[in-house]
Amino acid sequence: MANLPYNSAEGSSDVVPESPSPERSTPTTEQQMSPTCFQTSMVMSSQETSLSPVIPIIQCDRSAWKMRQNESGLGPANLQYGLGDGKEEFNEHAALQQAFNYIRKATKKESTLEKHLQTVEDIAWKSGLGPKDIDTLLEVVLSSPLRAEAVKSRMLKCLIPTTLIPESAVVKAFSKLCTHNYSNSIKIIFFRWLIAMFDFIDHTEEMNSLYGFFFSFLQEESMSCYVCHLLYLLTKRENVKPFRVRRLLDFQSKVGIQPHLQALLSLYKSFCPDLVSISLPQKRKYYFKNTDSIWQTAVYIVKQRNQLPSLPSVELSVGISASQPQKRKWNSSCIIPKPTSSFTGEKKQKGGSTSLDVMFGVRKTFPVEQLHMFSQLLENIQNIQFPSQMCSVLKNSSLLHYLNCVRDETVWLRLYYWMNQVLKEGCTWCKVSNYTTEEEFKSFLDIVGKAQCFLQEGFPSSEVFLYRSLPLWDGTSCRSEYLQLLSWLPLGNFSEIRPLLCDSLAPLFFTSSIFHKCSVLYSLKQLLQNWLLRYAMRANVKTMMSTSSHTTLNVVNSVSELISFVGWLSTNALRLEEHSSFLFHFVLDFFETVSDMYLNYNLPLVVIFPCGVFYPALLTFDSITLNHLCYIMYRYRVNLTAAKENDVIRQERQKFNKTYQKFNEYVTALVDCLWTSTAFEKDHFLYIDPEIMKKTKIKDYKKSLNLTNHPALLVYSIYFLLQGWPGEKELALGTIQEHLEDLVTYRESLSHLDFAQDILHDSDKHL
Amino acid sequence: MDSLDVPEFTPKHRVPPRLRDYFTGASPFHRHLESVRKQTSFGQTPFRRKIPECSPLQENFDPQRIAFLLHKQWTLYTLTPMYKFSYTNLKEYSSLLKSFIAAEKQKGLAVEMEEDFNFKVIFSTLSGVKGTQRDPAAFLVQIISKSQLSSKNAEEKVVWTGWFCCVYGDSLLENVPDDFTCLPLFLANGAESNTALIGTWFQQTFDCRFTRLTISAFNLSWMAAMWTACNLEHYVAATELLWSVPCSPQSLDISYAIHPEDAKALWDSVHQAPEEITQEEVDLFIDCLCSHFHRHFKINLAATRLVCVSTSVASAHTDGKIKILCSKYLIGVLAFLTELAIFQIE
Repeated sequence: MANLPYNSAEGSSDVVPESPSPERSTPTTEQQMSPTCFQTSMVMSSQETSLSPVIPIIQCDRSAWKMRQNESGLGPANLQYGLGDGKEEFNEHAALQQAFNYIRKATKKESTLEKHLQTVEDIAWKSGLGPKDIDTLLEVVLSSPLRAEAVKSRMLKCLIPTTLIPESAVVKAFSKLCTHNYSNSIKIIFFRWLIAMFDFIDHTEEMNSLYGFFFSFLQEESMSCYVCHLLYLLTKRENVKPFRVRRLLDFQSKVGIQPHLQALLSLYKSFCPDLVSISLPQKRKYYFKNTDSIWQTAVYIVKQRNQLPSLPSVELSVGISASQPQKRKWNSSCIIPKPTSSFTGEKKQKGGSTSLDVMFGVRKTFPVEQLHMFSQLLENIQNIQFPSQMCSVLKNSSLLHYLNCVRDETVWLRLYYWMNQVLKEGCTWCKVSNYTTEEEFKSFLDIVGKAQCFLQEGFPSSEVFLYRSLPLWDGTSCRSEYLQLLSWLPLGNFSEIRPLLCDSLAPLFFTSSIFHKCSVLYSLKQLLQNWLLRYAMRANVKTMMSTSSHTTLNVVNSVSELISFVGWLSTNALRLEEHSSFLFHFVLDFFETVSDMYLNYNLPLVVIFPCGVFYPALLTFDSITLNHLCYIMYRYRVNLTAAKENDVIRQERQKFNKTYQKFNEYVTALVDCLWTSTAFEKDHFLYIDPEIMKKTKIKDYKKSLNLTNHPALLVYSIYFLLQGWPGEKELALGTIQEHLEDLVTYRESLSHLDFAQDILHDSDKHL
Repeated sequence: MDSLDVPEFTPKHRVPPRLRDYFTGASPFHRHLESVRKQTSFGQTPFRRKIPECSPLQENFDPQRIAFLLHKQWTLYTLTPMYKFSYTNLKEYSSLLKSFIAAEKQKGLAVEMEEDFNFKVIFSTLSGVKGTQRDPAAFLVQIISKSQLSSKNAEEKVVWTGWFCCVYGDSLLENVPDDFTCLPLFLANGAESNTALIGTWFQQTFDCRFTRLTISAFNLSWMAAMWTACNLEHYVAATELLWSVPCSPQSLDISYAIHPEDAKALWDSVHQAPEEITQEEVDLFIDCLCSHFHRHFKINLAATRLVCVSTSVASAHTDGKIKILCSKYLIGVLAFLTELAIFQIE
């Protein structure tokens, strides 16, 4: 009979009924898929699960169910087991329908019925039932001709929703319950189920219109406490009527003071104080008996199992605050609260606003708690108010969108103050406090970084934090997250930033590992890109108004200073790391962005990379580096050719002449080394006294740097010969010259080497 | 269709330059940022300070209320500017805070705001606790518990007290728009759990943030010097400095008490300009004390850490606890603490 585990010890682990306010408390579980806010938090406790005497043991995998299906030999669906989730779901559905159909017609208990019952139980407890299935099952149970109550109660217990329970199903079932002659125990299970699943019912308007019917069940003493609880959840202000109060009071005088009656009365009193004249005890602690947590646990498990991969926007808005234990220091840093609407704004609007008005009052503003999707933002953009704690926007993509189009500076200031404090307190290497662990701080920095990336703009507080904490940084803790802040520094005067940033960054850079160097260079590349983008965006706007040459000049200065700083860093880093090709990759990546500044970002500036980068890259052993270098040289050439037409550059011809000269010098060297084998001749860059060269005893040294013999390309030449003339015992590299065309096409992976050839043809055009 | 021609970034362009436009930035916030950018590291403090003095506004003091603030141990917190705080709403805040506390204590059960609880929350302003007219008024929050026996002669007991103040907070006030109220210093006395509740409410309601304010050994030595420099008619306590020796398993504390008049005499010999105190003087004062100690006990205090300073004016602990003893120099003590608090927030 009373099969569900029930905590009869009143008061020991009671559940507190919550207020029936229209704005329910925000859900505490993260993965709630239904759009409504749930009142009850679902917390799974292992204790509760172990209490159950009846509930079938749920296996985590589906094999148990499959096995049982196989034994019973049900349906053709068996053949397709194990073909994937989609199929299985389909099978589940088919099996369910089959079982429903059978149970509907069954008139007495027998073994086939038992099997079908088990199927339903298995599926329900494992993956839950959809809204339609719930409807069907309710109908099946309450209208089946079966007399056995045990079967009915078993079926009722299977009503575990995956998403929502349709209100119509509840109303239908309730009407059946009213009209047919059911035993009290069935009614009790139904009410208990309603209480436990109340938050999953999609609407309650129609149910509310049946309020009187629900109320009439109060007469039954055995179920009055469940009915009270249900009414407590269902009651609205308009349901409180004098005759109901009278009935309640009459009932109370009959059965004595019961906590559930008192709870309902106190709710009535809070809605209509004038109707309930009796005094209720001061210390209001009315509890309902424990709700059937086993059902809630089941729902929770079902939800966990059916969890879909979350969308990226959802991922942003998942709060850490929820996943962390509540018992923490109240102001410990790095915890980002969930957005909650603020009351400060509208408090003053109503003169003598009573407390309940504040709580239940209908407001025009769209509560941020309900803002989950971009479409909601678009629909309600006029009525959105920022949350009471601005920091909660950090993890909510919709609010970040909103932040992006707000003109109010105070919004940024609120964020600034908060973030300033949290960064300072959380920073593990500054040791202001010891409350945060490195992991926490890391994830916080990551959130800040993501938000910055989302807004395409750095927060001022993270900039200030960067300057202050950089001198104390060890270079390893939270490296990638921390350096992410670097790439979002605002476009400013580099000479101002330089003492704050570079003076502490450079020593750390030179003394740290190659990985640190690469990450720093990567962040600096991002910084340059962000600056250039910002400039390009502004330049776009300005053309509509008036071009401010002053700003352009400022940007040009800043950017060229940044580039020369990075040039200096990379020259030294390459020497320190012995021209590691890993490092080269990051260095050349940076200069690839540099080479394309003029055409990509419209910045009237071309800065050539320093000799310390060019020559090592030219004489490298690594073909990829050489290839990358050639590509950069090609982009330089395209940009420089285009820049000749530019007015600003033409005006400052003097300054840019040097750039052109340097480029030509590099081109000559490139051609010398890769094509004409003249690098060692007089007046060329590798010229060494022939007498000294003779002493090295290198045969034919003049030809050691060309397309076939260059150290980075030699491997390809040999490979080419081996594949072209596999039989030959002795191969002379000299013979390649005759097959040069073939060789070039053979090395198609190094596509940019062709540039050397191009240049050879028109190198004289440049000056 | 027109909308197709609109470039991708249009919404952003219409937004006025806020933070992105560094070069054209002219709002107070930008100026503030600029000044922060120029300030290089964590540890810059002024090299000279004024000797604490009586405030001209001190006449507004209600002696009873001030006496209430004295001789209590306060835990120090810093508070970032409060958004949309209004002095006209104090009554409403007290009822909101009351219901918040009640709700928290009842663990989520809905409470009615007008309900009578066995405690009340009072917000009240502390007139006179400010350095200049520009400083926002300080205010006090108290939780008073009422015994339930009889409602009329109920004994009222203050369970928790906290107050917010800003004394000579000009450097912070300059850059903050009107929507914010700057009371960077918060002092609390009472159970930590209550502080947590009230702090949480303030954080949620006014979008501010509380942080414990600890006092470094460096600032403690400043306090020692400044408070020794105060002129008092009679001394109520010895000047006592506490040094901590880090050693396991328990740290060892060295207490160093001096007769306040001797300390004053030492200070007078070190001190030169009548109105201000310089860093050199502070260093010299502490060095003298240390070398005196070394001469007698052969213990080099310079290798240990100053953790506590107590004088007749006030006593402060490095944990961020303070007890103010002398009403005359209340403003002076608060001014220095405000300075430290502002330094921590900026």
